[in-house]
Amino acid sequence: MENIVEIEGLSKDYDVGFWRKRKVRALDDLSLNVKPGGIFGFLGGNGAGKTTTIKILMGLIFPTEGSAKILGSPIYDVKMRSRIGYCPENPYFYDYLTPLELLDYFGQLFGLDAAVRSSRSEQLLNAVGIEEIAWKRQLRKFSKGMQQRVGLAQALINEPEIVFLDEPMSGLDPVGRREIRELIAGLKAKGTSVFMSTHILSDVEALCDEVAILRKGKLFATGDLQELLSRDTGRRGFEVIASGLSPAAVAQIEALSKGAVVTGKPNGIAIEVENEESIEGILRTIRDNYGKLISVLPVKQSLEDLFIEKPDED
Amino acid sequence: MASNTERNLIVLIIVVAANAFREAIRDRILYNLVIFALLVIASAILLKDLTDGQEGRTIVNIGLTAMLFFGVFISIFVGVGLVSKEIEKRTVYSIFSKPVRRSEFIIGKYLGLCLTLALNVAVMGMGLTLALAFVGSTTLAANIWPAIFLIFLELMVMTGVAMVFSTFSSPALSALLSFLVFVIGHLSSSLRDLGETLGSQVSKVVFDAIYFVLPNLSLFTFRTEAAAGLIPSANMLGYSALYAFLYIVVLLGIAVMVFQKRNFK
Ligand SMILES: Nc1ncnc2c1ncn2[C@@H]1O[C@H](COP(=O)(O)OP(=O)(O)OP(=O)(O)O)[C@@H](O)[C@H]1O
Ligand SMILES: [Mg+2]
Repeated sequence: MENIVEIEGLSKDYDVGFWRKRKVRALDDLSLNVKPGGIFGFLGGNGAGKTTTIKILMGLIFPTEGSAKILGSPIYDVKMRSRIGYCPENPYFYDYLTPLELLDYFGQLFGLDAAVRSSRSEQLLNAVGIEEIAWKRQLRKFSKGMQQRVGLAQALINEPEIVFLDEPMSGLDPVGRREIRELIAGLKAKGTSVFMSTHILSDVEALCDEVAILRKGKLFATGDLQELLSRDTGRRGFEVIASGLSPAAVAQIEALSKGAVVTGKPNGIAIEVENEESIEGILRTIRDNYGKLISVLPVKQSLEDLFIEKPDED
Repeated sequence: MASNTERNLIVLIIVVAANAFREAIRDRILYNLVIFALLVIASAILLKDLTDGQEGRTIVNIGLTAMLFFGVFISIFVGVGLVSKEIEKRTVYSIFSKPVRRSEFIIGKYLGLCLTLALNVAVMGMGLTLALAFVGSTTLAANIWPAIFLIFLELMVMTGVAMVFSTFSSPALSALLSFLVFVIGHLSSSLRDLGETLGSQVSKVVFDAIYFVLPNLSLFTFRTEAAAGLIPSANMLGYSALYAFLYIVVLLGIAVMVFQKRNFK
């Protein structure tokens, strides 16, 4: 199979306003293909249209225009849904059920046998880090992060070929984030494709093979993450970080290399320069003023640069 | 292949219905039974010393009326929330991304509540039977069951009405509208007669429309007759059951049609 997700010309207008209905375009002519076997990062700031896209793919809302296929089938094909998984953004489940009952119920909706359901439920609850004492507690007593973990577990109950995760790390503590990051990496190792939306860039850098970046409902960039990052943007140079410098010394450095940008950091100052030649002079000045050199690093295009909308772009 | 998907459909509906039933039980919907039991026991004790076998008649009257009102209360309030609560709390998200059709979900949830109502009505009916046995009206104790069956049919219709309203209006408005349908539905055949006697063409058309569109709930009313020891004829039971079935099919059809097009925002 060529692509596991094929999105073609997808647009969505929401009706807003009570008396006078206005339309707000949340998604604008999005076309996108996702190849199997990797972790696909679906990026964009708040309100960019990530959730809207995923909800259309899951058949929860209907597109104004365009169409999409998952695993080669149209998104409204009920049979195809037994091969996918989905964890909604800030998921909420039947609060009168325990996580074990919830997973069992969802397993029944997939037509799984009782034995399979019970063994998978236990295995998944362990995998997402829900402690065994909470397995028989009603979900109404679960914290946000615990709900999120249950959400991830339920998305995997049918051993999907592709799983759609809408901000899987939201509400998780640092330990939880690491655990879920490992879980997602483990999915890829097992051959499950992952389509995840997020705006946590460190997760993207740690996990994703390919990404698509949405801005205001439009596709801004898509492709291999490393390739996107190494793409020439004209912004090149080095960053020198040093500490223990007097204001006079900082002024000296500023004077020394024209065009250097000096910014204060909690642990000292950062000096950004355009060309390699000026580094030598800066290093000497730091030494002469008894400053402490912390690091010298090449500045590369960061994901943040791609992600953040600049005023001159549109 | 075809039979396979058919089996899945039935199984799915049963699975959804079973969960809806579990939800109702856990949301303590059966608590009304306690109040009902107290009511029936109290009236049985208080009426024990009435003369001339009137106590059985009164207990049937009180019991069946209470049963209808408790039942309608559940039908309307739970029926209105049956689907709308799931949309509001976004629990539908993880359902419809799974191989579940919206129609299957609607029918499953509906049947789950009907099952809850059946249990409820059955337990109330048994309470009533015991109370009647206690005051010595053993014939009545057996004869009330057809009337109880008719009440159950009415509750199934009312649940469908509440569900249809909830697919396109707010829960509060849906409950109000359902209650109006309940009241007018009991009067519609008398209203129609009134329309005939008024003689004006307009009033005839209006009352006829009400009669044909709203459920004719007087078909399910047999409380006074049951209290007098009568049992409905097989014909009446059959006709009422058929009417209820057809009416419910139409209601579910409308609910499914509206629900199919719904965006879950
Ligand atoms: N139910 C709705 N009614 C009206 N507008 C909506 C609705 N849901 C989303 N929108 C609008 O659509 C746009 C895209 O929203 P969406 O939820 O898809 O963004 P997102 O990328 O998921 O953002 P976030 O990172 O905050 O989750 C936003 O401008 C939002 O205001
Ligand atoms: Mg979102």
